[in-house]
Amino acid sequence: MTQIRGWLAVVRKELTVYFGTPIFYITGFFFLLLAGYFFYTNVIYYNIISFQAAQQAGNPQVAAQLNPQQMIYRPLFAVLGIILLFLVPFITMRLMAEEKRSGTAELLFTYPLTDWAVIAGKFGAALLVYLILLAFTFSYSVILGLITRLDWGSLGAGYLGLVLLGAACLSLGLFASSLTENQIVAGVVAFALLLLFWIIGWVQELGAGALGSVFQDLSLLHHFENFTQGVIDTRDLVYCLSFIYFFLFLTKRQLESRRWRA
Amino acid sequence: MDDSMETMIEVQDLTKYYGPHLAVSRLEFQVAAGEIVGFLGPNGAGKTTTLKILAGFLAPSAGTARINGYDCVTDSLPVRRSLGYVPENVAIYPDLTVTQFLRFAARAKGVEAKAEKGETGRVLAACGLDDVRGKLVAALSKGYRQRLGLAQALLNQPPLLILDEPTIGLDPSQIVEIRQLIKDLEGAHTVMLSSHILPEVSQLCHRVIIINRGQIVASDTPENLSRQLGRGSRVVMTVTGPADQVEPALQAVAGVSRVLSQGGGKYLVEADNGHELRPQLAQVVVTRGWQLLELKAQEFTLEDVFLNLVTEEES
Repeated sequence: MTQIRGWLAVVRKELTVYFGTPIFYITGFFFLLLAGYFFYTNVIYYNIISFQAAQQAGNPQVAAQLNPQQMIYRPLFAVLGIILLFLVPFITMRLMAEEKRSGTAELLFTYPLTDWAVIAGKFGAALLVYLILLAFTFSYSVILGLITRLDWGSLGAGYLGLVLLGAACLSLGLFASSLTENQIVAGVVAFALLLLFWIIGWVQELGAGALGSVFQDLSLLHHFENFTQGVIDTRDLVYCLSFIYFFLFLTKRQLESRRWRA
Repeated sequence: MDDSMETMIEVQDLTKYYGPHLAVSRLEFQVAAGEIVGFLGPNGAGKTTTLKILAGFLAPSAGTARINGYDCVTDSLPVRRSLGYVPENVAIYPDLTVTQFLRFAARAKGVEAKAEKGETGRVLAACGLDDVRGKLVAALSKGYRQRLGLAQALLNQPPLLILDEPTIGLDPSQIVEIRQLIKDLEGAHTVMLSSHILPEVSQLCHRVIIINRGQIVASDTPENLSRQLGRGSRVVMTVTGPADQVEPALQAVAGVSRVLSQGGGKYLVEADNGHELRPQLAQVVVTRGWQLLELKAQEFTLEDVFLNLVTEEES
C-alpha cells in the first residue's frame, strides 16, 4: 500500500515537472501539428479519390479499397509510428539522466521507495503524457465520425497498437535515460535504439532466411503493422508487453548496479 | 556511549573502494539513540562516503552498517524509513514549488494521506519556510534551500537524521540559524552530522568521531578529546614583575611542563596531564610580592586536537 502511494507520488511529481516546464507543450504542439497535417491531407486525398471513383463508377477493385480505414487511418497510423521515434526520446531523455546530473537522485533513492516504484512512477507519468497527446488525435476521428461511417473496431485496434507501441518506445527511452547523466546522450541512444528496432525486420526482405525472420519478429514495425490493419494478434500483444517489461527490467538492473559501482 | 542505551547506528568493519581507490577502511563505531554525533575530518577523509552508505545510497565493499537494527544493504527499505538524510549541497527539484516538493517527499516517505497537510505544515514552520512555501525551488536562496533540505528530512519524524555538512556554503547568519535548528532537534532525534568546521561540532555534538584517510583516529566527547588529546591543561596569567625572574619562578612550580612568555607580562603555562596549577601559581606570584592581574585556565580547543591527530597520522 505504501509502495502504491510512493508510486503515485513519483507519477504526480513527474507530471508536475512535465506540465510545469515547456517539454510537454513544445513536443505536444509539434506532435499534434504533424498528426493534424497528415490526418487532414489523408482526408482530402480520400475525398478526391472517392469523388473520382463515384464519377467513373463500377470498378469493384477501387471501391473495395475505398474506406476510411484503408485510405485515412492506415497511412496515418504508419506515419504516427514514425513520429513516435522522434517524439519519445524528448519525453524520456530527462527522466533518469536529470536526476543523476542534478544530484536529486541522492534524495530520491534514499526515500523508502522500491526501485520498481520509482521506475513505474516515471514510466507511468511518461505514458500518461503520451496518452494525453494521443487522445487529442482521437478527437479528429470523433469529428470525422459525425460526417461519415467509421469502423470503430478497427480504429480501436489501431489506437491499441499506438498505445502499446508508444509504451514500448517509452520503456526503451527510460532505459536509455538510466544509462547516462547527459540528457542529450540519453536522447540520442534512445533514438538510435528505437530506429534499430524499427528497421531490424528489413533484413528479411534482403533474403536473410531463418535469421531474417527472427529479426523480423524482433521488429517493432512488423508487430505494429497488424494493429494498423485493424487486426489484434496475441503474438503482437505478447511481443509489446514483453518488450516493455524487458526494458523496465533492464532499467531496474541499471539502477541497482549504481549502488555497487558508484 | 552508555551500554544501557539503545543502539541507533552500528558500523562494523565498513570498507568502501571506488575502483582501486580506498575511501573508507574498516570503520567501526556505534551511535546510541538520542545522541548528536559529529563526524569530523579533513576533506576527502571518507565522511560523505560513510554517510551515503548509512543512508542506503551506496553499498559498502565490505563490512556491515546497521540502523535501528536493520542492515543497510539487505533491509534497505526499513533503514530508509528510519532516517532523514540531507546530502552535502542538497539538490532539490528546481521546477517544483516548496510545498509541491514537500508534499512529494511526504508521500514518498509514507506519510498518511490525511496527515500529509499537517506534516508538511509542521516542517515548514519548524524550518522557517512559511514565507517561501509558494516559491519555486529554483528561486530560493542557498540558505532557504538548505532549510528545505532539512525540512524534507524531518518529514514523518524519522528517529535518525543524517546531515552531511549542513552549514556548508552559508553566510554567517544562516549558519547560526541552521545550527539552532539542529540544536532544537536534540532529544527527539538521533543526529549524525559531518563537518569540517570544528566550533560547529563542539557546539552541537555530544560526541565527536574524527576520521582521517578513511579510518577513525579518535572518538569521544569534545571536552574529553580536548583534555586527553590536548596533553594536559594550560593556564594564561598576567603578572607584573621582572620578566627574568618571573619565568624561572613559574617554571619551578611542580607539574609545570613549559612556560611561554607572550610579552607584556603575559605567560602561557602548560602543565602535565591532570595537574591543577592555579593555586600554586598564584601563591608563587603573591609570595614574591608581584601583582597578579589575570589567571585563567585555557582549554585545548578541538582545533588543537584535530590538528594534532591529523598531523600525527600524516607524519
